[in-house]
Amino acid sequence: MTEIPHHSQVWTYRTPRKRLMLWGGWLALVALFVWCWQLMTRDTIWAFVADAPSQAADIGNRMIPPRLSYLPELMPPLWDTINIATLGTIGGVIMAVPVAFLAARNTTPSVHVLRPIALFIIVASRSINSLIWALLLVAIIGPGILAGIVAIALRSIGFVGKLLYEAIEETDARQIEAVTATGASAAQVLSYGIVPQIMPAFWGISVFRWDINIRESTILGLVGAGGIGLKLQASLNVLAWPQVTMILILILATVVLSEWVSARMRHAII
Amino acid sequence: MSVAYPTTWRRPPQIVKDRRWRIALQLGILIYLALAISTVDVNWTRVYDGLERGQRFILGFLQPDFASRWRDISQGLVESLTMTLTSTVVGVAISVPIGIGAARNLAPRWIYYICRAIIAVSRALQEIIIAIFLVAMFGFGPFAGFLTLSFATIGFIAKLLADDIEEIDETQAEAIRATGASWLQLVNYAIQPQVMPRLIGLSLYRLDINFRESAVIGIVGAGGIGATLNTAIDRYEYDSAGAVLLIIIGIVMVTEYSSSYLRKFLQ
Amino acid sequence: MLHLQGLSKTYKTGDTALSDVSLTVPKGQIMGLIGPSGAGKSTLIRCINRLVEPTSGKVLLGDTDLVRLGKGDLRRQRRRIGMIFQEYALVERLTVMENVLSGRLGYVPFWRSFLRRYPPSDIERAYRLLDRVGLMEHADKRADALSGGQRQRVGIARALAQEPELLLVDEPTASLDPKTSRQIMRLLTEICSENNLPAIVNIHDVPLAQQFMQRIVGLRAGRVVFDGPPDQLTEAALTEIYGAEDWNAMRAGDREQAAAEAEAQARMEAIV
Repeated sequence: MTEIPHHSQVWTYRTPRKRLMLWGGWLALVALFVWCWQLMTRDTIWAFVADAPSQAADIGNRMIPPRLSYLPELMPPLWDTINIATLGTIGGVIMAVPVAFLAARNTTPSVHVLRPIALFIIVASRSINSLIWALLLVAIIGPGILAGIVAIALRSIGFVGKLLYEAIEETDARQIEAVTATGASAAQVLSYGIVPQIMPAFWGISVFRWDINIRESTILGLVGAGGIGLKLQASLNVLAWPQVTMILILILATVVLSEWVSARMRHAII
Repeated sequence: MSVAYPTTWRRPPQIVKDRRWRIALQLGILIYLALAISTVDVNWTRVYDGLERGQRFILGFLQPDFASRWRDISQGLVESLTMTLTSTVVGVAISVPIGIGAARNLAPRWIYYICRAIIAVSRALQEIIIAIFLVAMFGFGPFAGFLTLSFATIGFIAKLLADDIEEIDETQAEAIRATGASWLQLVNYAIQPQVMPRLIGLSLYRLDINFRESAVIGIVGAGGIGATLNTAIDRYEYDSAGAVLLIIIGIVMVTEYSSSYLRKFLQ
Repeated sequence: MLHLQGLSKTYKTGDTALSDVSLTVPKGQIMGLIGPSGAGKSTLIRCINRLVEPTSGKVLLGDTDLVRLGKGDLRRQRRRIGMIFQEYALVERLTVMENVLSGRLGYVPFWRSFLRRYPPSDIERAYRLLDRVGLMEHADKRADALSGGQRQRVGIARALAQEPELLLVDEPTASLDPKTSRQIMRLLTEICSENNLPAIVNIHDVPLAQQFMQRIVGLRAGRVVFDGPPDQLTEAALTEIYGAEDWNAMRAGDREQAAAEAEAQARMEAIV
C-alpha cells in the first residue's frame, strides 16, 4: 500500500464490498448445508434414530463387564497386528524413497514425465484408505496377514513419499552447491549433499507412520486381512459384546503404547 | 614436517555410542524381523490363483466401467459428499466451544479436563469402530456415517484448535485484557484474529479427510461410496471398483488443490 | 594460470551480470574482487567452475576451455578448482572429517565415498590439512557443532583436499566477526603462498582487501573498472567502482543477486 485513497468518516472493519462477499459466503455455506442435509436424510428412518438412546443403553449394558478371560486368546492376533504394521511400514518406506526422489523438484530426473507419475502414485496411495486396499487385496490374494502387510505398505507410500519429497525440496541448496563444486558425480551429490540433510526427517516420518500403521492394522481384520480385527469381527458377528469391550480396551492400550514408543524414538532421533 | 598422520578413519557412531549396545540392538532387530516374517504364512497356490484376479483388477483400473453400475455409484457419491459437508460443518461448529474449553489459558480447570477427555476419546477410537456402534444404534445409512464423521471431526479440530490457542501470542491477549475487556471480548479481539486463519485451514483439511473416511465407513454399513465399492469388490466387478476408486482419487485431488487455493485466497 | 576471455552472462530475467570480462590470474597470485553488491562478483566466480553457465566467452584453466566441456569432463576439471563459500556451506550433519574428505569426491568411485572407505593417502592428507587449519582434535565432531570461524576453516580444508590449482573464494568473511575475519584471511593468504596457489577472492570489505590482496580488480555493473595493486586504490578509484551512492545501481544489484541464486538453484536441479 503506497497511499490511502480516501478517508471516510465512519470507521469500519472491512470495506463494504468485502463485507458483502463475506456475508454472501456464509449464506452460501448455510444454504449448501441445508440442501446437503435434506439430500442425506432423504432415506433416514427417523424411528430408528428416535430409538437410538435405548439401543445405546442396551448395548452399553451388555458390554459391561469386559470378558477378561478372553485376553490370552487375543495375544497371537495382537502379535500379528504388530507384525503387519512393522513389516508394512518397512515395505512402504522402501517403496516410498524412490518415489519421493522422483517427485521432489530438485532431484527428479524429468520434470514433465516422471514427476507427474510419482505425484500421481502419491495421491492415489493417499486417497485410498488402508482398509480399502485390504478389501481389494483380500479379494485378490486371499485373506491373511500378507494382504494386511501389502495394504499397509501401499497406503504408507503416499504418506511417507509426500512428507519425504517435501523434506528433499527444503534442503539447503548451498550445501548441495558446495558438494557439486568439488567435482562430485550426481550419485555422490545425492549421498553427501542431500541424504545427510533429510536423514532426521526420514526417520521421524517412518516412526510416525509406524505409529499410525499400528492404529490402522488393528481394524484390517474386519475385512479379513489378519490381526486382532479378525477377533473383533468374529465377536461382533455373534454379538459377544463383553468380548468386544475386551478387544477395544486392548486396541486402545496398544495404540497408546505405540504412540508413546514413537514419541520416545522421535525424541531420540531429533 | 615429519609428523605421521593416521591413515585410517572410521565414522564415529552417531546415536548408540556403546559398541555392545549397538550389537545387541542390531541382533534384536534381526531376531524380531525373522520372527515377524515367519508368522506370515502365505498360501502360495491361493496367491497364484489371485494373480489372474489382480491382473483383472489392474485392467479394470485402466479401463474403468462407470456406466453399468452408475445408479449405485452416483447414489453412493451423493451420500458421501453430503455426509462429508454436513459432518464437517457440524463437527467444526461443535469443536469451537470444545476447543476453547480445552485451552488451558482460557478455561477453568474443570471445564479444561472435561473438554480434553472428550477430545481424547474421539481421537483414540477409530472412525470405523465408532461407525460400527453408531450403525448398531441408528440403523444403516448415511445418518450413522454423518454422526461418525462429526464425532471424529471434533477430536481432530478441537485438539489442534486448543493447542493453537495455548500457543497464541500472550502479549496481545495481555494488551486486550489491560483495556478492561470481558472474557467474551477477549476471545473476540485477542484470540479469534490469531487463530481464525488456522481454523479455516484445518476445516478445509478435515473436509478432505472426511471425504476419504466416508469411503471407508460404508464397509460397515454407514452409507456412502464405500458401500458401493464393497459391493463391487464382493461381486468381483473390478471394472466398477476401478471406476469408484478413480472417482475417489479424482475428488481427493480436486479438494486438495481447491482447499490449498482457498486457503491462499482467505489469508 | 587462469585466463578469462570476453566472459559474459545475461540471466533469463534479462539482467546482464557480466559483460565482456577478460582477466588473467598468474600462478600464486591472490586477486581480490571488489565492487558494489550486484556488480557481478558472485556470478563471475561461479562462471569459472560453471555453477552458473556463462552466456559467452572462454574460461581457460591451463590449456582447457572449461566452457566447452561436457558433463563428465566438467566434473574432472572441477576437481582442479577449490571453492570456499560465504556461509561455509558445510554439510552440517556430517562430521568434520567427512566434510574434508568430501573434497576427494571427484577422485574416488561412488562405492568408496558411500561406504566412507577412502584410500589411506586421502585420509592422511585430510588429517594433515585439519592439523594445518588447527582443527585436529575436532575431526570426529559434527560440522554443526563448530563455531563460525572453525567451520570456515573446515571449508578451507575441504577445498584444499581437492589439491586444487585454483581457489575460488566467495565472501569468506561475510558472516564472521572482524577478528575472526582477519584470522581467516591470514590463513588463506598463508596457504596460497605455501602452495603457490592462485586465488580469486570475492570480498566486500575494502580495507580487508587492501590489507591482504596482492592485486585488486574492481567490478561495476559487470565490467572491470579497476585493475591494479592495492596501493593504487585511491578515493577516485573507489568512486569509480562504487559510484557516489548510486541507489539505482544497488537496487539492480539485489535483482542480480536473486537471479544468480535462482540460476544456481536451477543448475543444481539440472545436475542432480
